[in-house]
Amino acid sequence: MSKYYPVIGLEIHCQLATRTKMFCSCEVEVNTTPNKHVCPVCLGMPGAMPVPNKKAVEYAIRLGLALNCEIDLNAMWTRKNYFYPDLPKGYQITQTGGLPVYDHPICKNGWLEVTLDDGSVKRVGITRIHMEEDAGKLVHDLSPEGSHFDANRCGTPLCEIVTEPDIRSPQEAVLVLQKIKQILEYTEVSNANMENGNMRCDGNISLRESEDAPFGTRAEIKNLNSFTNLEKALEAEILLQTLTLDANKEVEQCTKRFDVNNNKTIVIRSKEDAHDYKYFPEPDMVRLVTDPKFVESIKNSLPELPDARRERFVNDYQITAYDAQVLTMERDVSVWFDTAAKQCKNPKILANWVISELLREVKDLENGLSDVKIMPEHLAALVNLIEDNTISGKIAKQVFADMFATGKAPDVIVKEKGLVQITDISAIESIVSEVVQANQGQFDEFKAGKVALKGFFVGQVMKKSGGKANPGLVNQILDKMAAQ
Amino acid sequence: MFSIQDLQKKLLSNETSSKSLIEASLTQIEKTKSLNAFISVLSKQALEDAEAADKRRAAGKSIGPLDGIPVAIKDNLCLENTRTTAASKILENFNAPYTATAVQRLKDAGAIIVGKTNMDEFAMGSSSESSYFGAVKNPLDESKVPGGSSGGSAVAVASGCVPGALGSDTGGSIRQPAACTGIVGMKPTYGRVSRYGLIAYASSLDQIGPFGTNVKDCATILSAICGEDSHDNTTSARPCEDFSKKLGEGVQGKVIGIPKEYFAEGLEASCKATIEKTLAQLEKEGAILKEISLPHISYAVSSYYIIATAEASSNLSRFDGVRYGYRAPDVHKLFDLYAKSRSEGFGKEVQRRILLGSYVLSSGFYDAYYVQAQKVRRLITDDFKKAFESCDVIASPTMPGDPLACGTSSSDPMAMYLSDIYTVSLNLSGLPGITLPCGSSENKIPVSIQWIGKPFEESALLSVAQATEQLVK
Repeated sequence: MSKYYPVIGLEIHCQLATRTKMFCSCEVEVNTTPNKHVCPVCLGMPGAMPVPNKKAVEYAIRLGLALNCEIDLNAMWTRKNYFYPDLPKGYQITQTGGLPVYDHPICKNGWLEVTLDDGSVKRVGITRIHMEEDAGKLVHDLSPEGSHFDANRCGTPLCEIVTEPDIRSPQEAVLVLQKIKQILEYTEVSNANMENGNMRCDGNISLRESEDAPFGTRAEIKNLNSFTNLEKALEAEILLQTLTLDANKEVEQCTKRFDVNNNKTIVIRSKEDAHDYKYFPEPDMVRLVTDPKFVESIKNSLPELPDARRERFVNDYQITAYDAQVLTMERDVSVWFDTAAKQCKNPKILANWVISELLREVKDLENGLSDVKIMPEHLAALVNLIEDNTISGKIAKQVFADMFATGKAPDVIVKEKGLVQITDISAIESIVSEVVQANQGQFDEFKAGKVALKGFFVGQVMKKSGGKANPGLVNQILDKMAAQ
Repeated sequence: MFSIQDLQKKLLSNETSSKSLIEASLTQIEKTKSLNAFISVLSKQALEDAEAADKRRAAGKSIGPLDGIPVAIKDNLCLENTRTTAASKILENFNAPYTATAVQRLKDAGAIIVGKTNMDEFAMGSSSESSYFGAVKNPLDESKVPGGSSGGSAVAVASGCVPGALGSDTGGSIRQPAACTGIVGMKPTYGRVSRYGLIAYASSLDQIGPFGTNVKDCATILSAICGEDSHDNTTSARPCEDFSKKLGEGVQGKVIGIPKEYFAEGLEASCKATIEKTLAQLEKEGAILKEISLPHISYAVSSYYIIATAEASSNLSRFDGVRYGYRAPDVHKLFDLYAKSRSEGFGKEVQRRILLGSYVLSSGFYDAYYVQAQKVRRLITDDFKKAFESCDVIASPTMPGDPLACGTSSSDPMAMYLSDIYTVSLNLSGLPGITLPCGSSENKIPVSIQWIGKPFEESALLSVAQATEQLVK
């Protein structure tokens, strides 16, 4: 580890899960025929004007409330000016930049909490959340003559979440990003899928010599698209800045990207090349005035957030804090478990089944949990069958495999395959007798006191019963016969 | 000159047909072609629309005072499937994919668009000389400019091609050419008329408004085009009345504010005398004249040129040669595509304003220019607010004197910029204004008075303007 202390802040862009674009009524759908969802507004045609999407504003406020932010009831739109062929108007409409007087993002001054490895809770400030529009996409490989432009993504609503430089290690940064992803999912504000780019992260990092020294010069690493890359990029940058400082050189302020293959951060823009975006208030829209009652109604309808759900799972279902943490990490898993647990006689056992059986299988599915055929109620029913001794735990694994493959209810499978546990004492006694007769020699040894042979007999009986004999009863009967 | 009211009367009494009106309009456009008022003439569509209007009227289903009436629109207003150039080479072959809200409302009221009028390129200018399609001529005196930037619309009305037209006014671009050509022109309150489909020059200042030969016609056109638009977030939700119905109130008891700063140095003597004479007449009619002060008004022109160019530099970024419009041939690098398309596609005045606007928004200069200009804008708005506490309308000149001589705009741009001195403050403060002739200068050129109203009180403004009109007739 470096002898310096890292100071880290994150900027997270996420695509809002609205049906239509930020400033026009075109549908948001990216992976489709190029230029299918376009209109004069998102194409930046002369004279076209933006009108804010109310749903996007609602989502941004919901996110802000979930991150404990103040909501600006008189927010402002601004223009960020730059030329690029994927930017039809030659400017991006956003809510940042320029002087403080023109800087009125929809949300500011919030915080979130993460639990560190040592169990302590750390609070990280949220500087601001602002709304903006996405650019289009350039396609360079359609023909050798030139590039092509797909405007489907133009005007897609985005939120940018900026944290305070409160993060002190790459691992903490990962926890913060995970928490933000979790909150985006829980509030259903964004699909927050990092693989397909609807959530991206930039990391700002600097080093200093002690925990209370002033901040050093920072580098900004752009477009980190996974938790692993965030951690690796920050670590690589720490190493690089450490070497620079050790050599008594100064770290230069710059914008970088992360080269995954070589595990190195690479400068893409130095401070001197920084763009002058000429931010100024967007004159095509009035200020974004929000009714406090609207904010209140969003607050009142805010869904249960990850921390609250985790605590509820521990309290209501008596599961361990660790299990609750695993089960609430992803919203869809938590909803799945919650639905099942409500109908289960032993949520603790259910939690084991979900974590060690279900989630293990889910990892291999293309669309994760949504591809799972098992209904939550059915897994609850399976655990209930074990609880009331209808089937053994071993048979249950077999039933689970069938459920996973077919989506059938466990009682149906148990019935179809005749897997009901044998609890009839006389039936078990006759199987035990058969086994004893076939292995009289060993049984005599067992009787004489070779206790270790008991396992052998239990195994043989279970085998003969096709695993259906109640193991407790098998043990009792064997003990009884040995004592005769 | 025909009025919309007269033509509508003739239509309703079957003295004429919409078809004949359109034919007459097209003939007059052809006859006055040398004035260069039109960029596109839409003969075929106009004649088809006229037939439809005539059928409606024959069936007793005429839809109001504009039904079947020929009108012209400035060529920075989008009309679907129609060439819309903003008088620029960069949009020389641009067909608009949609129709501007104001234009659509005019069409919905039955008005027939006979053509799209010439203008200063991207509405940047006060002389209508900077058009890629050549300068517009003033029918009153061809040695003088017709004013701008909506010179083509003003000339189309002044030369009898159409009884009414739409223009856009960012710093005086309706009122100034109306004054130069001796007709009535109005800039409504900012937010009164939707800007959706108006190719933006300076979004916080632009407003679409009417030209007419008389006050009532302007009221009629305004009534048709005004009102909230879901496509323009800056439009006001205030309900729109029929502005022509409230005319005729007169000036009895109305307090007319006379800003001392407007009638001081810089205003040509005969111009000043003509306006003062008109005011004296109104006083006789029962109006109360009251001197007022607008202390920050001398900063209006500087503030205007900073804000307007700042917004323009951003608004015009979309003209980059990538998706539509002029693209420089034989370029192989992205930078060259931008630089050459824009250098070759934009005229000199437009380039001058983009550069000025980019400069005032640049870091390091931002505070000194853009922020300062916005502060001045606030002060000017407050000046008017305060002034209106003690008066109902404000009287002012429209221009400092006669229209400029042709050619001044390129040889001495500052002289042209200063000709907006009485008009820009209304755009900065969003107030409505109307201009109409009230006499002639010693060179026999019309002198116009500008009336300034309280926000969204176009009715009161129009009724004072009409009282003035009746007085000078």
